[in-house]
Amino acid sequence: MMLSRPNPRKRPFAAPATPAAPIWSRTAMGLSFSLNGAVAEALPEGALWLKDFGVLILSDLHLEKGASYARRGQMLPPYDTRATLDRLAQVMAQLTPAIVVSLGDSFHERRSAEQLDPADLAQLQALIAMTDWVWILGNHDPAIPEHLAGARADAMPVGPLVLRHEPEAAPAPGEVAGHLHPCAKIAGHGRGVRARCFVTDGSRLVMPAFGAFTGGLNICDSAFAPLFPGRMEAALLAQGGIHPVGQDRLISDA
Amino acid sequence: MFAGWFAARGWTLREHQKQLLARAMAGRSSLLIAPTGAGKTLAGFLPSLVELAEIAPRPQRAHKLHTLYISPLKALAGDVLRNLTTPCAEMGLQLRIETRTGDTPPSKRQRQRANPPDILLTTPEQLCLLIASAHAHVFFADLRAVIIDEIHALAATKRGDLTALALARLQTWAPTHRRIGLSATVADPAALADWLAPTQNDIVVTAPGGAEPIVDVLDSGERIPWAGHTGRHAMGEVYEAIKAHKTTLVFVNTRAQAELTFQELWRLNEDTLPIALHHGSLDVAQRKRVESAMGVGALRAVVCTSTLDLGIDWGDVDLVIQMGAPKGSARLMQRIGRANHRWDEASRALLVPTNRFEVLECRAAKDAVGEGALDGSPARAGGLDCLAQHIMGVACSEPFDAELLWREISATQPYRDLDHLTFERVIDLVATGGYALRAYDRYRRIVKDLKTGLWRARDGRAAQQHRMNVGAIIEEPMLTVRYGYGGSEAVKGKSGKGPLRPGRKLGQIEEYFIEGLAPGDTFLFAGQILRFISLVETDALVAPAPQTQAPKIPSYAGGKFPLSTFLADRVRQIISNPEKWPALPVQVREWLALQKRASAIAKPNQLLVETFPRAGKYYLVCYPFDGRLAHQTLGMLLTRRLERAGKKPMGFVASDYAISVWGLEPMGDLDLGDLFHPDMLGDDLESWLAESALMKRTFRACAIIAGLIERRSPGAEKSGRQVTFSTDLIYDVLRSHEPDHVLLQAARADAAGGLLDISRLSDLLARIKGRIVHKDLAVISPFAVPLMLEVGREPIFGAAEEAILREAGEGMIAEARAGHQPLPDSAPA
Repeated sequence: MMLSRPNPRKRPFAAPATPAAPIWSRTAMGLSFSLNGAVAEALPEGALWLKDFGVLILSDLHLEKGASYARRGQMLPPYDTRATLDRLAQVMAQLTPAIVVSLGDSFHERRSAEQLDPADLAQLQALIAMTDWVWILGNHDPAIPEHLAGARADAMPVGPLVLRHEPEAAPAPGEVAGHLHPCAKIAGHGRGVRARCFVTDGSRLVMPAFGAFTGGLNICDSAFAPLFPGRMEAALLAQGGIHPVGQDRLISDA
Repeated sequence: MFAGWFAARGWTLREHQKQLLARAMAGRSSLLIAPTGAGKTLAGFLPSLVELAEIAPRPQRAHKLHTLYISPLKALAGDVLRNLTTPCAEMGLQLRIETRTGDTPPSKRQRQRANPPDILLTTPEQLCLLIASAHAHVFFADLRAVIIDEIHALAATKRGDLTALALARLQTWAPTHRRIGLSATVADPAALADWLAPTQNDIVVTAPGGAEPIVDVLDSGERIPWAGHTGRHAMGEVYEAIKAHKTTLVFVNTRAQAELTFQELWRLNEDTLPIALHHGSLDVAQRKRVESAMGVGALRAVVCTSTLDLGIDWGDVDLVIQMGAPKGSARLMQRIGRANHRWDEASRALLVPTNRFEVLECRAAKDAVGEGALDGSPARAGGLDCLAQHIMGVACSEPFDAELLWREISATQPYRDLDHLTFERVIDLVATGGYALRAYDRYRRIVKDLKTGLWRARDGRAAQQHRMNVGAIIEEPMLTVRYGYGGSEAVKGKSGKGPLRPGRKLGQIEEYFIEGLAPGDTFLFAGQILRFISLVETDALVAPAPQTQAPKIPSYAGGKFPLSTFLADRVRQIISNPEKWPALPVQVREWLALQKRASAIAKPNQLLVETFPRAGKYYLVCYPFDGRLAHQTLGMLLTRRLERAGKKPMGFVASDYAISVWGLEPMGDLDLGDLFHPDMLGDDLESWLAESALMKRTFRACAIIAGLIERRSPGAEKSGRQVTFSTDLIYDVLRSHEPDHVLLQAARADAAGGLLDISRLSDLLARIKGRIVHKDLAVISPFAVPLMLEVGREPIFGAAEEAILREAGEGMIAEARAGHQPLPDSAPA
């Protein structure tokens, strides 16, 4: 797969001027780290758990992406919505969060929410009813149709953090965003692994896409450089687990 | 006219050429089986030329398509064009003969459609496109003859499936046309005849065989290595053989072997003989240069892969060298036939085994060629993905009746046994994706007219999408290898200042290979050792590395084609029968005798399994001789079972001959009947397939051929990856939500015969059931030694990925433990 060009003028990431900032520590569920002073936990399923606040965050569900391709003549399996919601239901059953935040691009297209299969719609509504549900609005879904419950917001503060869909270009301590679908690639022993990842510098975080059919943008891409001018840490979702990877091991895509 | 032309050259028609002409004039189809150099092409075209000679002189005649020639190789179409144009001109035949390939400009294609040539030379893919175009039946209405060249290389493949379906369409549109198939010598001509003309009997015409080929196995004066595929030990002898002949083709099995052989020969090349390299990954321009130098006799040797198995004739080749075992006797015959294209002179071939097991295989292959015994490709049912593509193509050209189409495709050999229900499911796959959840009924690609009951493409866009995705060739995604200069790199005198920039192109390489490289890794490519720098868009930038060090990453493990079932049988016979040993080189003889004393030699229908400890690990080694692909699958499944048996398996290695698994617990107490029980093809296989990368690749190919997903068109990738999707994700989701989907069924069928060779594994397990010979040894056996030295060790699935993840992760956590301060409340800038 091909991707846009890393800036060849400089190494993708300069060596850190200061010692490594966030240090992951392994927990029973995933990797715990400090984000702008708050304790956060990155889960292998691709969700972020703020235990102190009872808030579960997932980003870029892209529900009904399969249907959107089918409309254009590529008949992808119509089970992506189901697969995404099943995984979400699993995480929610494990954690029983007080609040669930869908961090934008919850639906692949504006009309997707109206065209959900009845069974998928019922499951989504049941999940919404279980907690306080918040829809952060994204570029793919600037409005959520009324038949779906839950609050709507452009952004939402949680303690020292602020949750929004698209990361701001300016420094934004405490920002938790999605939108970019970060992926990381590492290689060694003649083999390569490319997988979705969390990416953070301890100050702000970009979340992986949660949707079953969502692709990813390599974090060596220039889109990430302005967000993380210093050191950047990734946690890879691969082989059913979550794995911290230092930036010196990251490789750009072809 | 023809008699005069032949007589003027002192030629007469050969018997098989006369026969073909007479049969064609009677309207009958023919399959011509002939060795190279027997005048196959002329035999195929002669009937058409005779017919056209009668109508050609008429002034102002309307040109109609008379003869369609299909070749699996684009280059052959051009070659045939040249070979036809000259005699036609000399005989004063005013014919329009044209090629139509992927390189033909759109304007010419359009003209060809409006005003067809007399003879059109094309490829299976272009035929599919023609079939799918509007008013195709008008274009083909006057067709009199179809000639299919190299039919043996086409029939039992997916491209063959598409061709067979297209031929059935032509049968409907031009019911009186005849077919002529041109084939090299094959094991089962009747099966090929059935593929070519399923409704006719007695169509095989066999040209007399040429002189017997002279085949030698190199009895090297050097020590034959235990393992590896380099043939480095014999390179001096190979070089001498090249020197002693006019022109030599040096065939190897893989690109990596080609690279290495080329490099080694040049190291020895004190006479600076013109020796060239030719393989599929090299830059097209470079390959063309080699081909034209070969054409004018400017080269003494070409080191090549299967890219030169078929194709243009070079009359001057007087020796074929096969480096490494040939893996199948039919392939060996084909390659030997590349030497000396005068059919009445003997071809000369030299087989060069690269390790001790290969000595046995080369011997088996030599014997097979001596007896004229060939291994056939097993019959296979037509792919459902190809059928889906064909149905869409039919709908793009004109509305069709499902029942009539069903009858049409049932008349082809690959789809003869297809049941009607599956046919309906494939129509549904084309229309809506064929999912049990009827989510896409409103997005149909083909629609059924309620009044007429006919199916047609929904609209022009659906038809256009189809035409962009025609064909069964799924290319591995490739990257361009270029020198990088600038940055910190200095290449060929250019300064290292300024940004890193792409420089001269070296060729193409599979993306998955580059994916496994870290910057700084070295590998062999285009005849030299290169160091990987980085990826910039679709370029893999490299720099020359010291040519003295061995490259860090081997680019393959073992031969590309697995050992054929047929040769495997013969190898087992040689090993089990000490009476055959005296014909073997003394080094190999001693090795077999030692094995017999130290462990055992199994009978051909038995399986020898050895268990022994070595260097703190415990090994289980078995020797089925069933080819690398089946062995790899067996290795994966054995590892799962050994895991359950508490043997803590750590990895395995599979060669064409044997498998070795190692673990942390002694293996001697295993119930081997249980371990090798055929029931491993049930749940164990299923759960492995769920995560197998090979299975995912197989599925991707099926999904593209069936039109479920589009091919990646060049340039489309750059829009950014987050908007695309990965076929791996689609496979996972489909597998867990609709495991019986028709496309998964198609992928499983492919996996059975293809990369996973499950059908062969199944035969293996049945063959050895109840016939396992177990030797629990104190030390390693002589047969096991080569396996210990194999380079392509396969870690158990995912272990390598996990290892790098673990290394990366644990390294950092250790770093953290080593004394970094707890996090400050605010992050550093």
